[in-house]
Amino acid sequence: MLPGLKLGKSSKPARSKEPDESRRKFLKASGMTLGGLVVGGVFGGVLTDSLEKNQAPAPASSKPETSLQDALMFFNQEQFKMTEAAAERIYPVDENGPGAKALGVAFFIDHQLAGPWGYNARDYMMGPFVQAQTTQGEQSRLKRNEMFTLGLEGLKSYCQQKHQKAFTELEGQQQDEVLTAMEKGDKFPMRGVTSSSFFNMLKNLTIEGVYADPLYGGNRNMNGWKMRNFPGNQMSYAQQITKEGLVQIQPKSLQAHMSE
Amino acid sequence: MAKLPKVPVVIVGMGWVGGILAAELTKAGVQVVGLERGKSRSTEDYFMDHDELRYARRFELMQDLSKETITFRNTESMRALPMRSYGSFLLGDGLGGAGSHWNGQTHRFLPYDFEIYSQTVDRYGKGKIPAGMQLQDWGITYDEIEPYYDKFEQMAGISGESEANPMLGKRSHPFPTPPMKKTPILQRFEKASKKLGYHPYMIPSANLSENYKNPDGVSRAACQYCGFCERFGCEYGAKADPVVTVIPTAMATGKLEVRTFSNVTEILHDGKKATGVVYINTVTGEEVTQPADVVILGSFVLNNVRLLLSSKLGTPYDRKTGRGTIGRNYAYQVNSGHAVGFYDDEEFSTFMGAGALGMEFDDFNGDNFDHSDLKFLHGAGIRISQNGLRPIENNPAPQGTPTWGKEWKKTTLKYANRVLTVAIQGASLPWKHHYLDLDPTYKDIYGKPLLRITFDFEDQDRELTKFLADKAGEVMKEMGPSHVEVKDKLDPYNIVPYQSTHNTGGVIMGADPETSAVNSYLQMWEAENVFVVGASAFPHNSGYNPTDTVGALAYRAAEGIQKYLKQGGVLV
Ligand SMILES: Cc1cc2nc3c(=O)[nH]c(=O)nc-3n(C[C@H](O)[C@H](O)[C@H](O)COP(=O)(O)OP(=O)(O)OC[C@H]3O[C@@H](n4cnc5c(N)ncnc54)[C@H](O)[C@@H]3O)c2cc1C
Ligand code: SF4
Repeated sequence: MLPGLKLGKSSKPARSKEPDESRRKFLKASGMTLGGLVVGGVFGGVLTDSLEKNQAPAPASSKPETSLQDALMFFNQEQFKMTEAAAERIYPVDENGPGAKALGVAFFIDHQLAGPWGYNARDYMMGPFVQAQTTQGEQSRLKRNEMFTLGLEGLKSYCQQKHQKAFTELEGQQQDEVLTAMEKGDKFPMRGVTSSSFFNMLKNLTIEGVYADPLYGGNRNMNGWKMRNFPGNQMSYAQQITKEGLVQIQPKSLQAHMSE
Repeated sequence: MAKLPKVPVVIVGMGWVGGILAAELTKAGVQVVGLERGKSRSTEDYFMDHDELRYARRFELMQDLSKETITFRNTESMRALPMRSYGSFLLGDGLGGAGSHWNGQTHRFLPYDFEIYSQTVDRYGKGKIPAGMQLQDWGITYDEIEPYYDKFEQMAGISGESEANPMLGKRSHPFPTPPMKKTPILQRFEKASKKLGYHPYMIPSANLSENYKNPDGVSRAACQYCGFCERFGCEYGAKADPVVTVIPTAMATGKLEVRTFSNVTEILHDGKKATGVVYINTVTGEEVTQPADVVILGSFVLNNVRLLLSSKLGTPYDRKTGRGTIGRNYAYQVNSGHAVGFYDDEEFSTFMGAGALGMEFDDFNGDNFDHSDLKFLHGAGIRISQNGLRPIENNPAPQGTPTWGKEWKKTTLKYANRVLTVAIQGASLPWKHHYLDLDPTYKDIYGKPLLRITFDFEDQDRELTKFLADKAGEVMKEMGPSHVEVKDKLDPYNIVPYQSTHNTGGVIMGADPETSAVNSYLQMWEAENVFVVGASAFPHNSGYNPTDTVGALAYRAAEGIQKYLKQGGVLV
C-alpha cells in the first residue's frame, strides 16, 4: 500500500454540512440570506448570539487573580520574582489598570520558556554558528530559555555589584535605571547573550503576556484587553464593521468555545 | 528504496499551484499524485484560531524551520547565514500551503508589467535602465494572460469593483462577487485620495463579500470580518484557500491521490527529461521513488529553485558571466514606506477587519505616471488596509515616546484605537547580482544544501520609497489626523522583521531560452516534461500581491500540460 494519506471527510466541500440551530439563529441575526444554500462554516455551535450580548464592558480590575494553575514549570523562586519585578517596570500598574504582575505575566513567561518556543523547537539550530551582521538575525547556539537564564544571572550580578542588593530590593526608580542600562548595553556584562537582546526578549515576552489570550497564563481575566477595548475572540463583526467610531464589545477569550 | 508504479503526473507541493493543477488535470481525466511535505488540513482545525500568540507570533501554520530554512546575505562579500527563526517572509507548509494563511488581496498585474522592457525602452530609451538592472519581457502579454486571471478569480469568487479603472488592465468579465463593505475608515481614504485627484478602488478580495458557488460547484460562506485572517486559517471557509476550493474539486473526481508527510528531495532525470521524483515518507523514514510522465513543481519559489539546483536539472545562473537561468532574477517587494496618522479626538474599531479589506490607488504604480525626471522605474500601490489590528503586535506611539514603562503604557493604550496607516506596496526590479544558489555550508535535515539568497535594496528602491511614501503622507494628512509621521527612508534589506511573502523569480519565464528557464506555459526549456509553476516564473515583481498572477499562470500551465500529454514536445 502507498504510505500516503487520503483526505478525510473533513476536507470535503463544506456544502455537505447541515447547519445547527444556533448557526441558523446567528445567520438570521446577522441578516445573511442563504436562499436554502448550506454553505461554508465549520462549527456552527460557536456562532452563538455574541451579537446580542454586546453590553458595555466592565472596566479592568487591578485585583490579583489566582488559580490552581499558578505554579512554575521553569523558573526557580528567585528567577520568578526577578522576572515579575522587571516585567512590572516595563508594564506598570497605573490609573488605566493592572500592571504585568497582577496580569500574571511572569507565569506566562515561565510557561513560554518551558515550552517549544523556549526550546527553539521550530528554529533552525544546526551549526556552524557564526557572528552575524545586523541584517542576518540571531545566530546563537543557545536555546531561548538558556539565554533567559543567563540574562537573569547577568541582571543579578549587575545589581549586586552596583547596589549590593537584589533587583527586587531596589526602589522603582533604581530598577528603571538598571533596565535602561541593560537595554542600552551600557557596561552590562552577560554570558552568551547581549544585555540588549535579553532586554528585548523580556520586553516582547511582557507585551505578549499582557495581551495574549488568558489561556497562556497572562492577561488575567482579560484585563489587558479591557484596558484598550480589545474584544478578543469574537466570531463576527459583519454587522458592526460599517459603524462609525469605536464599537464597545464585551470581550471573550478562547475559553468561551469550550462551553459552547 | 521503494519504487512505485509510474503515474501520468506527479505534483510537488499542494498549495495554490498544486491544488489548481490537480483540479484542472483531474477534471480532464488525468490521474494525478500530489506530494505534500506537511500534514493534512481542514477548517475544523481552526476551532481555536483566534489566537494571536499561536498563529501570528509562533507561526503555527508555517514551515518548521528546524527542518529546513534558507541562508541570506545582502551582498556577495558577506557570508550567508541561516534564517534561524521568522522572519522577513513566512513559508507555507501542509495542505493548502501559504494559501491557507494568506490575506486574499487579489490584484492583477498591469499590462506594462508583462512588456516592461519593451515599453520602458519605447517610452524613455535604453539609457533609462540603470547598469546591472536585468529587466525583461515575460513572453506573454496582458491580453494573453487575461482569460487565465479570469479563471482564477471565478474559482476563488473574488470580490471587487467591476467598473473600469483607467489605471488597470481591462477585464473580460466582472468580478464574480461585489466588493467588500466600504467601512468608515475606507471611506475616509477614498474621500481624501479622490480629493487629491487619484483613482481609489476596493482591493479585490478572496474574503467573500457574499455566499458564493463557483463554476466547479463548490459553495462557500461570506466573510465575517473577524480580524484574525492574515497568518490564520478561516474557520468559515470564507477566505479562498486551496483546501476549500480546488483540492475538494480534484478529490471529487476520484483521480487525485494526495500523499501528505511526503518531502520531495530530488527530481530524477536523464539530462533531457525527468523520469520522476524521490521523496521521503517522513512518517516511516522510507525513501520512495515515484516515476511519472510529467513532473510539476509547485513547491513555492524557493524550493522550486532549490530542487532544480540540487537535482542538477537546468543550467544554474552564473552571476559572473550572466549565463544560465536557474536562480536568475530573484526579486521581492518594496513596502516599508508608509504614513501613520494619530487621531487625538477620534477612535476607530480597527480591531475589526479582514485580510483583504482595503482600498488602493495605482496612479503611481507601474508606468501610470511619467518617470522622465525620476530616478526610479515602476512604482507602488498606495493603500489603506483594515485587516484587524491585534494587541500584541500593534502598540503605536508617536516618535519620541519611551519604548517601555509608565509613559509607554499610557501612550500605547491611548492610541490603541486611534491610528490609521496608509502604506505603499512597491515593485521590486531584478538585478544581475540578486540571485539564488545553493549554500556551500548549511544543510537541511535530509542532508541537502539550503538555498542561499543574495539580495539587498538598491537606490532604485530607496528613490521609489521616498517618492511614494511622501504621496502616502499627503493622503494621510488629507484624512484629518492630529499628527502624521511619514517613513520614507528604506534601510538595507534585513531578514528579521516581517515584510512580505512575495518572493519572486529564480525560474523565470520568457520567450528566449538564453534568458529564461520556462516558456509561457511554464514548461522548462531544458526539460520538456517538467513544469515549474509559481512566482518563481516572474521576471520581476510588480507593485501588487502575486497570487492572482500565480493562479493565472497555473491555469495556463494546466492547459499546456494537457496539450503536452497528447502531443509531447516543446509547446511554443
Ligand atoms: C502571511 C501571508 C499573507 C499573504 N497575503 C497575500 C495576499 O494578500 N495576496 C497575495 O496575492 N498573496 C499573498 N501571500 C502569498 C501567497 O500565499 C502565495 O503567493 C501563494 O500561496 C503561493 O502559492 P504556491 O502554491 O506557489 O506556494 P505555497 O502556497 O507556499 O505552497 C507550496 C507547498 O509546497 C509544499 N512543499 C514545499 N517544498 C516541498 C517539498 N520539497 N516536498 C513536498 N512539498 C513541498 C509546501 O509545504 C506548501 O504546501 C501571502 C503569504 C503569506 C505568508
Ligand atoms: S476575516 Fe473573513 S475571510 Fe478572514 S478569517 Fe475572518 S471570516 Fe475568514
